[in-house]
Amino acid sequence: MSGFLALIGRDLRLARRQGADVAMTLAFFVVVVALFPLGLGPTPALLARIAPGVLWVTALLAAMLSFDRLFQQDADDGGLDLLALSGLPLAVVALAKAVAHWLTTGLPTVLLAPLLAVTLDLPAAAYPALMAGLLLGTPTVSLLGTVGAALVVGARRAGVLVALIVLPLTIPVLIFGVAAVEAGSAGLETRPHLLLLAALLAGAVPLAPLAAGAALRQAVE
Amino acid sequence: MHRFANPTRFLRLANALLPWLGVAAVGLLGYGLWLGLLNSPADYQQGETVRIMYVHVPAAWVALAGYSTLALASAAFLVWKHPLADLAARAASPVGAGFTAIALVTGALWGQPMWGTWWVWDARLTSVLVLFFLYLGHMALTNAFDDPERGGKAGAVLALVGVVNLPIIKFSVDWWNTLHQPASVLRMGGSTIDPAMLTPLFVMAGGYFAVFAVALLLRIRALYAERRLRQLRLSLPDA
Repeated sequence: MSGFLALIGRDLRLARRQGADVAMTLAFFVVVVALFPLGLGPTPALLARIAPGVLWVTALLAAMLSFDRLFQQDADDGGLDLLALSGLPLAVVALAKAVAHWLTTGLPTVLLAPLLAVTLDLPAAAYPALMAGLLLGTPTVSLLGTVGAALVVGARRAGVLVALIVLPLTIPVLIFGVAAVEAGSAGLETRPHLLLLAALLAGAVPLAPLAAGAALRQAVE
Repeated sequence: MHRFANPTRFLRLANALLPWLGVAAVGLLGYGLWLGLLNSPADYQQGETVRIMYVHVPAAWVALAGYSTLALASAAFLVWKHPLADLAARAASPVGAGFTAIALVTGALWGQPMWGTWWVWDARLTSVLVLFFLYLGHMALTNAFDDPERGGKAGAVLALVGVVNLPIIKFSVDWWNTLHQPASVLRMGGSTIDPAMLTPLFVMAGGYFAVFAVALLLRIRALYAERRLRQLRLSLPDA
């Protein structure tokens, strides 16, 4: 447990000291969302209609940008070998990495989303569903991304490859996340969609670290 | 199974099976096409368009069976580290991707006259599209490393992760409301399809599976030869 927390603490410290990495991911999120009103014309009704999809898809793409570095830096400087020798199971290492990734990119995305939703004229009734959906969905994305990041350690063009591998797996999260926001803006029940997102997270928490741990084992062998 | 992890023994078996499988593929596909296109009744609702079923449904079955083959070979490679299992997984994914593409395209051609649209974003079509992306991701990942061994292992883990999609595809038509018809061949309480249509469907399915087996064995043989060639070239003194 102490090793698990120490690893999260180390990653958070690294993220704070190299703040530009996190800032770039968030800047990408903001810039891409800002492109849609300019590309589609600023009609409020249209923007309110597309806001859930734009916010969710952009949040996914922003997360993809940060995955290729998740293990690659550690693999390059030998840190990954030390982690493998530390006695901490590699699945726990992967879980700690996923938690740190979510705290440094997922959580800021969730906090930025309502600000961007204002610029897209999202109806006020949809905000609770947007926030709750992102809070439940982005950890799943971080966990799935950890699997992808562990698989592409040492690969050529790892950045594109991790997106190609992980994005299809995130489709269920996207579907239910957007459905929750749309139900919210239409004044319908959002609970079923949020429960499905929670179920995906409950499945990903035990399974994704196991897969990522197996992938890391192949990477350090 | 471990008996055939020996490449020489496996190749002897593959070479013995290939001509028979080739004959079976040509014969079953020819007979099935004749049955399906000329010698079976038109549907009372869909008319002649129902004949697309005979090329669409078997392709979808083989697409799923291809992914199961990929996942089984990957599991065998991770557990027992048989190099031949790695070759089988590498051989399976492009073939499976091909059959998935056939299923998607023939499905679109069937959807246009029946549903009035080439494509709908419902659960069955989306999950099969995800299957196609998983095949592509597996192909890209296995070839992304300088060390083929590392690529094979990473691909094997990805193939096992993607298995979650298989039950979603199978049950998508029962869990969600969709334009795609629900399960009608393999279902509780027997098939809802008339034997006059079921016979050509199964003959075509036999032909498709034979084609899949032929393509798989040919590709394994080619990949094995390629790897042998690489080893021989590396063992040569610098010319």
